[in-house]
Amino acid sequence: MKPFTRLNARAAPLDIANVDTDQIIPARYLKTVERTGLGKGLFAAMRYEADGSPKPDFVLNQSEYASAGVLIAGDNFGCGSSREHAPWALLDFGIRCVIATSFADIFYNNCFNNGLLPIVLAEDEVRSLMDEARGGNHVFSIDLEAKTVTLPSGRVVSFNLDAGRQEKLVKGLDAIGETLQHVGSIDDFEAQRRLTQPWVAA
Amino acid sequence: MTGKTLYDKIWDAHRVAEDANGETILYIDLHLIHEVTTPQAFAGLRAAGRPVRRPDRTLAVADHNVPTINQAAGTGAVADEEARLQLQTLERNVAEAGIEFFPMGDVRNGIVHVVGPEQGRSQPGMTIVCGDSHTSTHGAFGALAHGIGTSEVEHVLATQTLRQRKAKNMRVWFGGEPAPGVGAKDFALALIGLIGTGGGTGSVIEYAGPAIEALSMEGRMTLCNMTIEAGAKAGLIASDAKAFDYIRGRPAAPKGAAWEAAMTYWSSLHSDPDAAFDREIHIDTAALSPLVTWGTSPEDVVPVSGHVPDPAHAPNAARATQIQRALDYMGLTGGQPIGEARIDRVFIGSCTNSRIEDLRAAADVARGRKVAAHVSAMVVPGSGLVRDQAEAEGLDQILIAAGFDWREPGCSMCLGMNPDKLVAGERCASTSNRNFEGRQGPGGRTHLMSPAMAAAAAIAGRMIDMRDLPPVDGAA
Repeated sequence: MKPFTRLNARAAPLDIANVDTDQIIPARYLKTVERTGLGKGLFAAMRYEADGSPKPDFVLNQSEYASAGVLIAGDNFGCGSSREHAPWALLDFGIRCVIATSFADIFYNNCFNNGLLPIVLAEDEVRSLMDEARGGNHVFSIDLEAKTVTLPSGRVVSFNLDAGRQEKLVKGLDAIGETLQHVGSIDDFEAQRRLTQPWVAA
Repeated sequence: MTGKTLYDKIWDAHRVAEDANGETILYIDLHLIHEVTTPQAFAGLRAAGRPVRRPDRTLAVADHNVPTINQAAGTGAVADEEARLQLQTLERNVAEAGIEFFPMGDVRNGIVHVVGPEQGRSQPGMTIVCGDSHTSTHGAFGALAHGIGTSEVEHVLATQTLRQRKAKNMRVWFGGEPAPGVGAKDFALALIGLIGTGGGTGSVIEYAGPAIEALSMEGRMTLCNMTIEAGAKAGLIASDAKAFDYIRGRPAAPKGAAWEAAMTYWSSLHSDPDAAFDREIHIDTAALSPLVTWGTSPEDVVPVSGHVPDPAHAPNAARATQIQRALDYMGLTGGQPIGEARIDRVFIGSCTNSRIEDLRAAADVARGRKVAAHVSAMVVPGSGLVRDQAEAEGLDQILIAAGFDWREPGCSMCLGMNPDKLVAGERCASTSNRNFEGRQGPGGRTHLMSPAMAAAAAIAGRMIDMRDLPPVDGAA
């Protein structure tokens, strides 16, 4: 997984609450056996007209946000389906950080397995970030090691993230490789379960 | 010392190791897989040269992509090239790994969350995961069951464990005795309407109370299934004699002495009387009426006899904007009676409501009646075995005589990734779980409700309390 340390990128405001993963990437795009190429389906219903032409009023279709690397959204971002195609689609489009007041659990976990940084901030902060993203200069600077977002105005906003998740992103850790270091404990657990719950272990 | 909740007990029984980063490595007893969220996981294993650790604790089905007609023709006959490749990729992956698989057309195949319990694979006290958010369904058996992403699918395949952080404990108590026509789907919609789609975030919900004890296993599965729509990690219900009776004799159920040992263990799995919950909610089921959704979020709930909200009466500007956006999408006007909206399509199926009891409820309403002329209605059983049972009971004949289309099993029109989908602007009365924009097809408009209510909508051509349907000729 690609490590995440710093990001300087344009930030796009998507002022909608409860953005669900069907909105992020509709089911018809999930018929792929690859992780890449999903960016074209990102926010398809909001982004394209029925004939496939871009909807001019959608934020990512506006020239100043077309290369956005940060997305700022409302409450409960990523709710609904567990599809990891949602972070894959965001990353494939070029978005490496989503800032919101809250995230749905499965989406939040999926982010950390893909090098996508979800940042939780209070509502008034998210509101002020949206305002700055709507201004003339849209570039935000994110420093994951310092856990700060530097806004176009120069103001620095700190965010919280537990150390384990931070390390996972900063080092780009392979979770399976880390877990396999505990393989002895897994073997012991299974041996024990064969004795205590033989009906499961059968 | 305070007691433990059911969730605490299952968690403690599956802890393999604690990682320095604050995560617990949790053992997984059952891993259910399907064609859509696994190809990238198997590709990842192959690239890293990692084998599947416990193929015997993994079960595969083909459900999301499959057409619901002509399944006997096999995967090769699936018209959609991408869907066919995904189905064939699953077939190849499970064959290589030695995983039990019920292919399309096999009578045991069906929606993954119908098949697991039906085979007796889902059992009390287990940890159960699947790359599908509605895995919460299996919590009906007192298991800790939840959806995971594809990277986590790969992690479970490789290690039979998952890295987890403990969630909070929440209990929802359903008291009272519901009126006839009010059931598990209404319980779920009532809860989501109350706490919102983010109301359960970070929590595992235990359902309890007399109205839960009175629910059938099918009803409990419906309720636990919808837990994810409240944002919760999982939903579960302590297992009881009803759960044991459901499991007994199924293909993967413990047999003989093992059954007795399992029952003894399962009977110990309930929250202690002094267990502390971080949050408790009480719902009086006697006060509920049949519910439907009006908007584009499962929290947009209204009694079928009620009115669509008016943005002018919203508590704040942000909510007013949200309501207006949903009304515009749904083609509704603020304040109008929900029962005025004309229905074009009816879908009875999905992992929420495609089990035998659901089909019986729909057939009870359909018996002797006709689907409205302008409505196209379909019934999609949750598995081949459910379909067989329904046919043995004659439910198919009742439904077909009423004008319903009787299909073969699959996820079908729940999610718009197989041939069953809505056309833009079509309004559907659906027993599925999500009314998100575009969920059942781009531009499609979904109203969630119970199977009996969906059948009633098919007959009336609009949303109606089935208790208000005119009596069938010749009936009392």
